Amino acid sequence: MAYGPHTPADRRRMLTALGMQSADELFADIPPALRSTPLRLDPPEPEQLLMGRLAHMAGRNRVDLASFLGAGAYRHFSPPLVDQILLRGEWYTAYTPYQPEVSQGTLQSIYEYESLMAELTGLDIVSASHYDGAAATAEAALMTCRATGRRRVLVSRAVHPHYRAVVRTYVDGAGLDLEDIPLVADGPLAGTTDLAALDRLLADADHPTAGVILAQPSFYGLLEPMAEAGSRAHAAGALFVAVVEPVSLAVLAPPGAYGADIAAGEGQALGIPAQYGGPYLGILACTEPLVRQIPGRLVGMTTDVDGKRAYVMTLQAREQHIRREKAASNICTNQTLLALAASVWLASLGPHGLRDVAAHGASRAAELEAALAAIGIERVHPGAYLNEFAIRVPNAAAVHHTLLARGVLAGLVIEDAVPDEPSVADALLVCTTEVTTSDDIAAFARELEAVLA
Amino acid sequence: MSASGPRLQPTLFELSKPGRGGDKIPHAPKGALDRLPAEHRRAHPPGLPELNEPDVVRHYVNLSQLNHAVDTGFYPLGSCTMKWNPKVNEWAARLPGFAQLHPMAPDDVAQGTLQLLWELEQMLIEISGMRAVTLQPAAGAHGELTGVLMIRAYHEARGDTGRTDVLVPDSAHGTNPATATMAGLRTVSIKAAADGGIDLDAFRAALSPTTAAVMITNPSTMGLFESRVGELIEAVHAVGALAYMDGANLNAILGRFKPGEAGFDVMHINTHKTFSTPHGGGGPGAGPVAVGDKLAPYLPAPRVVREADGSFRLERVGERPTSIGRMRSFVGSTGVLVRAYAYLRTHGASGLAEITDDAVLAANYLKSLLAASGVYDIPFPGVCKHEFIASATSIKKQTGVRTLDIAKRLLDHGFHAPTVYFPLTVDEAMLIEPTETESIETLDAFANALVEIAREAATDPETIKTAPHTAAVRRLDEAGAARNPNLRWRPAVGDWTPCPD
Repeated sequence: MAYGPHTPADRRRMLTALGMQSADELFADIPPALRSTPLRLDPPEPEQLLMGRLAHMAGRNRVDLASFLGAGAYRHFSPPLVDQILLRGEWYTAYTPYQPEVSQGTLQSIYEYESLMAELTGLDIVSASHYDGAAATAEAALMTCRATGRRRVLVSRAVHPHYRAVVRTYVDGAGLDLEDIPLVADGPLAGTTDLAALDRLLADADHPTAGVILAQPSFYGLLEPMAEAGSRAHAAGALFVAVVEPVSLAVLAPPGAYGADIAAGEGQALGIPAQYGGPYLGILACTEPLVRQIPGRLVGMTTDVDGKRAYVMTLQAREQHIRREKAASNICTNQTLLALAASVWLASLGPHGLRDVAAHGASRAAELEAALAAIGIERVHPGAYLNEFAIRVPNAAAVHHTLLARGVLAGLVIEDAVPDEPSVADALLVCTTEVTTSDDIAAFARELEAVLA
Repeated sequence: MSASGPRLQPTLFELSKPGRGGDKIPHAPKGALDRLPAEHRRAHPPGLPELNEPDVVRHYVNLSQLNHAVDTGFYPLGSCTMKWNPKVNEWAARLPGFAQLHPMAPDDVAQGTLQLLWELEQMLIEISGMRAVTLQPAAGAHGELTGVLMIRAYHEARGDTGRTDVLVPDSAHGTNPATATMAGLRTVSIKAAADGGIDLDAFRAALSPTTAAVMITNPSTMGLFESRVGELIEAVHAVGALAYMDGANLNAILGRFKPGEAGFDVMHINTHKTFSTPHGGGGPGAGPVAVGDKLAPYLPAPRVVREADGSFRLERVGERPTSIGRMRSFVGSTGVLVRAYAYLRTHGASGLAEITDDAVLAANYLKSLLAASGVYDIPFPGVCKHEFIASATSIKKQTGVRTLDIAKRLLDHGFHAPTVYFPLTVDEAMLIEPTETESIETLDAFANALVEIAREAATDPETIKTAPHTAAVRRLDEAGAARNPNLRWRPAVGDWTPCPD
């Protein structure tokens, strides 16, 4: 066995100590009728051959394209030091800090993560990570119901369709109600959440609303009327949940500033590779009055018996191992190593580096918008955006496919992800970040023009 | 309050000095943000620390050295399977083709990863004896929720809407009852039999037309194979309910017991336990769920589909209306699953069988050493699987030293403590899981340390009650932490440099 330490003599010695002849006797407690058929799997593969196989498989993925794909997962520069820290075995081969005296590294890193996220979101309570942005949003939806004692959640149709789907799974599971808030159809606010429709939904006295969920920026890259939606939610006695993109918080108003009670979001952009969907980092933050409703682990600063500063998991009476069926969630351990990645990345870039990342993305996006406008490709929505926007392209799916062969990943075919939103049929969602180059943008415009010609 | 000592670190915020650091990425053009409406702009920059590269690296390297980890020593944490985390797996997950692939990349450019995921599903189907697998769940608890939601969907699709109860043994992990609640169901807790196993009569008495499912951990959280599980599954099916297996302890049964063959309808698998993906200080894990024929239609979307021409694709939105829907943003924790795939390929059929044999052999050997010492209670003396329970009940009676104290004293011996006070059904419990990757010398040394601590309890209980003595910090004021929670650092205003524009 590849990583086992036992020599044949070691095994004999252990079996002898047990008065046994063979390992089979260790499994005599499995009733014969339940014993398994043999495993039908390939033989063991030596490390050298395994590495060849994996390198070949990885090589079948194409990651060399000029990519304008965002839609919830973003490419960013990550200083080499980040991964070098993550590769320290003391971090990645430890487990949940059940014995705090020999886990102060992990505990302090989580406390620092909570502090960094509190700074970014403007909310004081940060749970030490969830599975990803969608799962964090779903937990936020459940939180609003627990906190208000109401059963109905409203989610904007401008929230990422995958997040809406996951909220649907969780809310249905818990036997609660979920309704969509539609989008403004046309005019200067087209594509943003329809506040008049929100008013109508909130006015339904027979179905009081627990929570209202909007995303900033929205799935379509647009800036949403967060403050207005939040005050409407509060006026109706509901809580307001902001789904946020953490890099954008360097330059956009934080949820705490516009009155959000809960912020949820995807932390992948903070130095975590895209790796086809995970592991990612679910950000979940809330105001202090909601601290006993937030699921997931919380780490606090305390002292040891000598008065030395120390860190410990705290307020565990919310959690499944104490509360069992009455717990705030079934979440157990979660994404500590990803929270560490985000913290190291943020510490490496600092406040000005983070601002540069966000501002660069916005700057490249304006450059892209201009380059596309020059070949007659227009944005779908007129409103303000940060670094992602939808463009109208005839036969979007076919054009997208053709561009792939020309080395351009032309964002997302929106219809594939949102088949039930006619206003974005024949549209692509495109995104830029600080790693997008002018050459990428020129190639996109050139190839798109050629394909459409 | 001070942060002193050779390795204890001030916070990142205290290390910060305005004007330090930067130059990792080019400055953005001036005016890049001018087109954003003022009402959407942030008024003050976030108070993030300003540090240079040596500051950051030393901070995190010094902090890391405050951790006990599998890479630094024995970690016999029961129910967690803290086995060796192979280094080639870290290399594999970082291959640019895997690491940089966007989750919404078109299928055409994702064939390598899609093939890996599909092959991993096939391997897990074979290991579990089930018919289909979803790799979507991000953790064991997430897998539980996925499984129970599928069970609910199955009953509802049959118009069988009165099933509200999930039967769970009282020894179960807390995630089982918490999962039932999240899935809108009610937990009925069933006491274990005197031998630590399933109390068949109690289950039979509780089973009814309102039973949606029974959740069984096998081997149990006591490290015992549930020998009556066949009869239980029969009884569960007889009332129209489904049988869920919590696969947390799969390391004990690879190649010896396939839950699907035994009649279980669904199980989750913790790749971070059985298949060596690193625990990461508390995540990320992955919790694939394997199901039999009854539940396959309800698997989360999207699934990986293999086409007739051998190519792979993800299901399209709405392609399989019976699905319970999405459980997470994207298709899975692929970075974790690449590691699990590498581990399964490394071992193959014979290696996996050997893992289980060695893990169970090590646990029984260690248990025999402690039983022979005569100082620890061994509540279930028969053969165990990959882990076992020892108890300090007698030691506590004689000396006042508790399991918690013994756990803390083990830290002074350079060992991580076992899982303590779990399962909740055994007094002064220590759940000890050595795994297959610890040598006989380590097992001997650990047993000797436990015996020595028991001896010390008789002669010098105070030293144990105040342990640990050699760790970076001593026992913590946990009550104070909960009474006056300090959950974030508050940088003083003016700690950072204002934005240049």
